[in-house]
Amino acid sequence: MTETLERATSGMFRRIPSVRNMQLGLPAALLLLTVVAIVWNGALYLTRLWAPLWWLALFGDFALTVVAAERIGRCVPPTYRKLYERTLAIGFPVMALVAWQLIVDAGILSPLWFPQPTRIAKALWDVTVNYDRASGTSLLGRPWLIPSRFEHDGWAGVWALFAESHVWATLGRVGAGFVIGAIPGILLGVVMGINRTVRLMLDTTLSAIYVLPKIAIFPLVMLMFADPFGEGPKIAVVALSVFFLMAINTMAGVRDIDPVFLMAGRNYGARGFQLLWHVILPAAMPVIFAGLRLALGTALIVIISVEFLRAKQGVGFMTFYYWEVMNPERMYAGLVVVMVLGVVLAYGLQALQRRLMPWQR
Amino acid sequence: MALPKIETRNVCKVYETVAGPMTAVDDFSLDVADNEFVCIVGPSGCGKSTYLRMLAGLDTHTSGTIQIRPGNDPKKPLNSVVFQEYAVFPWKTVIENVTFGLQMRGIGKEQRLETANYWLERVGLRKFANYYPYQISGGMKQRVSIIRALANDPEVLLMDEPLGALDAQTRIVLQDELLRIWEETHKTVVYITHSLDEAILLGDRVILMTAHPGRLLTTFHIDIKRPRTIETLNTPEFAELRGAIWEQLGKEVTRAMEMQA
Repeated sequence: MTETLERATSGMFRRIPSVRNMQLGLPAALLLLTVVAIVWNGALYLTRLWAPLWWLALFGDFALTVVAAERIGRCVPPTYRKLYERTLAIGFPVMALVAWQLIVDAGILSPLWFPQPTRIAKALWDVTVNYDRASGTSLLGRPWLIPSRFEHDGWAGVWALFAESHVWATLGRVGAGFVIGAIPGILLGVVMGINRTVRLMLDTTLSAIYVLPKIAIFPLVMLMFADPFGEGPKIAVVALSVFFLMAINTMAGVRDIDPVFLMAGRNYGARGFQLLWHVILPAAMPVIFAGLRLALGTALIVIISVEFLRAKQGVGFMTFYYWEVMNPERMYAGLVVVMVLGVVLAYGLQALQRRLMPWQR
Repeated sequence: MALPKIETRNVCKVYETVAGPMTAVDDFSLDVADNEFVCIVGPSGCGKSTYLRMLAGLDTHTSGTIQIRPGNDPKKPLNSVVFQEYAVFPWKTVIENVTFGLQMRGIGKEQRLETANYWLERVGLRKFANYYPYQISGGMKQRVSIIRALANDPEVLLMDEPLGALDAQTRIVLQDELLRIWEETHKTVVYITHSLDEAILLGDRVILMTAHPGRLLTTFHIDIKRPRTIETLNTPEFAELRGAIWEQLGKEVTRAMEMQA
């Protein structure tokens, strides 16, 4: 009796296999993937298709790498999870650089357009340690000369070193423009967020100017300054682009504040500046910082384009200059410097945010 | 009889909308005596929160008069509101939240901290003084919100569904705590809630309101003797009162739901 019942019910259940049962062992899986990779590349190579179809070959290799990494990732115990993820995040770009190097070395891609990473690194070293006599510039301003210059010429000598640097020129313009644009932008945004009349009067105009590519107003800005080729217009155009973005962002942030916070602030006696300082600014802070990150990206785009157009110094100038003299390694070196600048500035902004907003998880 | 602490006479609140005027609160009158705990219950949309905001001076009324009688100390704030959970400022630590009202009134740091520490101790949050709201639970946040109002020592305490966002167990714990605090301070309280049990448990008087427009329906005096605790919920007189009040409130809730449908 019970036996028949058991048999009758057992047919109704489907055993769902556990993850462990479904998988090939790790060594076996990796071996299989390696064999597939060898066959795939070998077949293409032997048919002489690897060179013309290098992009397809690389895509296949990329897919195989992903599968292999995922398979390894499944076996990583939780204690090593972080290490594994970091290895993946750093290891893959390194692998890509090695692949780039090998492909160009093999003559598949032209070193004229894609100079090998080692040559770019060498170029970066060269522009860092050397002083360019023709333009009177260097990349970092040769900081190792600071002690000897200080002995000779005092602060003026140190200043002269900073003044010859591409990086400091760009940083100075971005920094000055950022501060000059962001502070009034945030203040105007707060006013527009609080006051409906001001918002209605200005919103359309600001939105219209906001979508205008800021580089397009550079000629106009140059006209406004006594010295169109000096630092003034360059800083001003960065400041303008940051200003409009911050005004619009801050306005949105202030309007999004939960009204209950404003009510609580008022009910507990905060008025005017107190309400701004204790309630409105902190409540809008997350959106303000999101705006600042966007503004930083825009500021970098604007300053590099401006330096392409009209500058005797700056990272953008350097990049463009080496394009003009057909020195691709140094051009790439310029791009690397721009990337590093972007990352460092974004990291600085993040550090500032953590400091100003410790209440965020 | 002594003069009432809060005097509300024929208050109306009318919103001007595109579709014409919309009456939220209609001819509402209510007096609250000194040291009285009054609970207002009604279906959602009955204008009870609007009334509380008008009482707090956070919203204007269209006609009628609202008055809170100041006490002997002119520096004491007339009212402090306990809002729902999220009115605790996330950018201020627990102790900064509790001292907020005092700080805005320009009270010195030492006295601020002394008051705040007293209240933090009182509700068992001393350890969490320097935590940010995201690091503590919902129940703790609402405790902070309540003692932020108490630390401000207002003439009247206005509470707008303060426990509405909490889970059932935390809510019971906090109801018990509110009872104990009230026994000690005997503040004048106007308490908005949608929970009838809560209203009967806490209040000296329960006011029922109708919906659309918000009018005063009936007043019930709750004669259950104090001090009350959470055990009061299990007494026969509580059940009897709840039955009587629900008879009226239930009808009103059904009517409000039908109007919305």
